[in-house]
Amino acid sequence: MSLAPAGEFHPSYRADMTIFPTKNSRRALMLGIFLLCFAPLVLGRYELGLLINIGFMGIAALGLNILVGFTGQISIGHAAFFGVGAFLSAYLHERFHIPVILCIPLAGLGTAVVGLIFGLPAARLKGLYLAIATLAAQFILEDFFARAQWFTGGVAGRMTEAVELFGVKFDREESYFYVVLAFTIIMFVMAANLMRTRDGRALIAVRDHYLSAEVMGINLAYYRTLSFAISSFYAGIAGALYAHYLFFVSVEAFNILFSIQFLAMVIIGGLGSVMGSLMGAAFMVLMPEGVQALADLLAGSWIDRTLKLGTSISFLREMAIGAAIILFLVFEPDGLAHRWKQIKAYWKLYPFSH
Amino acid sequence: METGLLFQLVLNGLIVGALYGVVAMSFVLIYKASQVVNFAQGEFMLIGAWACWWLLTYWQLPFWIGFPVALAFMTIFGVVLQVAVLRPLIGEPVISVIMATVGLSIFFQALMKWMFGVFAQPFPAIFPVERIRIMGLEVQSVYLLSIALSLVIMLGFWWFFNFSKHGLAMRATAFDQQVAQSLGISVPQVFAMSWAISAVVSAVAGVVVGVVSGVSSGLSFYGIKVFPAVILGGLDSVVGAMLGGIIVGVLENLAQYVDSQWLNWGNMTNIAPFYALIIILLIKPYGLFGTRNIERV
Repeated sequence: MSLAPAGEFHPSYRADMTIFPTKNSRRALMLGIFLLCFAPLVLGRYELGLLINIGFMGIAALGLNILVGFTGQISIGHAAFFGVGAFLSAYLHERFHIPVILCIPLAGLGTAVVGLIFGLPAARLKGLYLAIATLAAQFILEDFFARAQWFTGGVAGRMTEAVELFGVKFDREESYFYVVLAFTIIMFVMAANLMRTRDGRALIAVRDHYLSAEVMGINLAYYRTLSFAISSFYAGIAGALYAHYLFFVSVEAFNILFSIQFLAMVIIGGLGSVMGSLMGAAFMVLMPEGVQALADLLAGSWIDRTLKLGTSISFLREMAIGAAIILFLVFEPDGLAHRWKQIKAYWKLYPFSH
Repeated sequence: METGLLFQLVLNGLIVGALYGVVAMSFVLIYKASQVVNFAQGEFMLIGAWACWWLLTYWQLPFWIGFPVALAFMTIFGVVLQVAVLRPLIGEPVISVIMATVGLSIFFQALMKWMFGVFAQPFPAIFPVERIRIMGLEVQSVYLLSIALSLVIMLGFWWFFNFSKHGLAMRATAFDQQVAQSLGISVPQVFAMSWAISAVVSAVAGVVVGVVSGVSSGLSFYGIKVFPAVILGGLDSVVGAMLGGIIVGVLENLAQYVDSQWLNWGNMTNIAPFYALIIILLIKPYGLFGTRNIERV
């Protein structure tokens, strides 16, 4: 069967749980990945840089989505965990001379441990109280970054090395693209599969009605902490990828605005949607480019002169982030993933949509 | 150990803490009335302070005209925000509402930076700045004024909630929206009013801080300090918020004292309240004085 029927007709649970509803959808994804492999041959370095950004931001956003969208917990400190991953990977390589390609997953595990420490109080908290606790975690970790010279290099920041595998150095956009692509695919497949396991369903049950979930024998504290650890693991991997892309990690990068950006990705992409995380990340990476393009378009005109667009472009970007969050919450609370589903549904029934 | 310094710091803590308390009270006001966690409370201070500054310097208005005009603007601003952004979100999960106010917060912070620049701007001299000595401690006269103002606001809140018609309507709405509605209270009106009052009171605090140390985007950090204060004082208690604010102010300055005397870590002033917050939440997940939600299925 290569076309989906106009309705849900799953004869078994197995069919209901598949990632790909039809053979064609699987082929389309394979083809997409296959075509992406040729991207470095076609695209310029700048565009590749954007794709790399979408990749690791998508991984981090997916981690946050597992926490916020699937478990219903909130975190306003995701960038701090992202930062832990970045510094940890650089530190492991410099101190213990572990190959960088191994440092990245190790940084993920290390960040998961840090996440567990902050996740332990989170196990008892929810909603507002958790938001406040993670906000505190954000400031505490930020302060730690500024202070721990041995770990982060203090104000000077920390230099990082390129990924090296079998004597090949992945130090340019063209080659590093493949590293990020590989990690992105692995992490997204892992998340999609996690949601099909007992643990994944338990997380969703905790989100939908935590009291009923507890009555059904789901250990609330365990799954809330687990979700926090998984989310930090993803943030750590993404942070490590970020560190080995830029070759330099600065202490100031992981501020609260960055955390809010991750939340924005999750909301814009769609809460509780794996692919939505990637869409949200793409939206948030490309939006500043759009703002920049708009400012360039208006450069020199009277609007530019009266509003001082050129010098205040960074504020405009921040405003765009805030505005995007609010507009999506008010007008499209289910995010881009939902919109995409509706577009697909429209074509499925075309031309007899009613 | 320098006792003089210690006393001075505790006094500073009380002064700053009173301001935290005022902002925390306006935060609690919104939470009590409409169950919205306002992450943009600091931006209310910021916008109020910038509006007042703009009227006073750009339009050269005297303070007694510019200040009320700025407050009138904040009233309208609070109502518009509630109607335009928060009203469509009624009934959405807590996370959405939190995210919406977070979005408002960064939007207005960036907007203010865009409109007024990133540098701190001093207020024109409104009150004579003198140093007054009380029991051997030096206090600026503006600080005394700010404490007096905080006390007036507290008394105002107490009168409002206990004796005024609208305050009672607000308490009724906080207690049970359906019952309040059936008694003829307009719940949307109460929501809008709570946002307006909260915006105005925060703006007053913003102007006070602006007069003392200039207006800059750093003001919005006061809004974040609200969280340790309300966790200490309980989310639904106006008096608790005030107490929490004062405790946070004193705690900050004591942390600075400990730091300067023994630890030499730096930056303890800003971080200490958050350590306290995490520890409190570890022990008591609903805050020190917060009411524990009993949920039935």
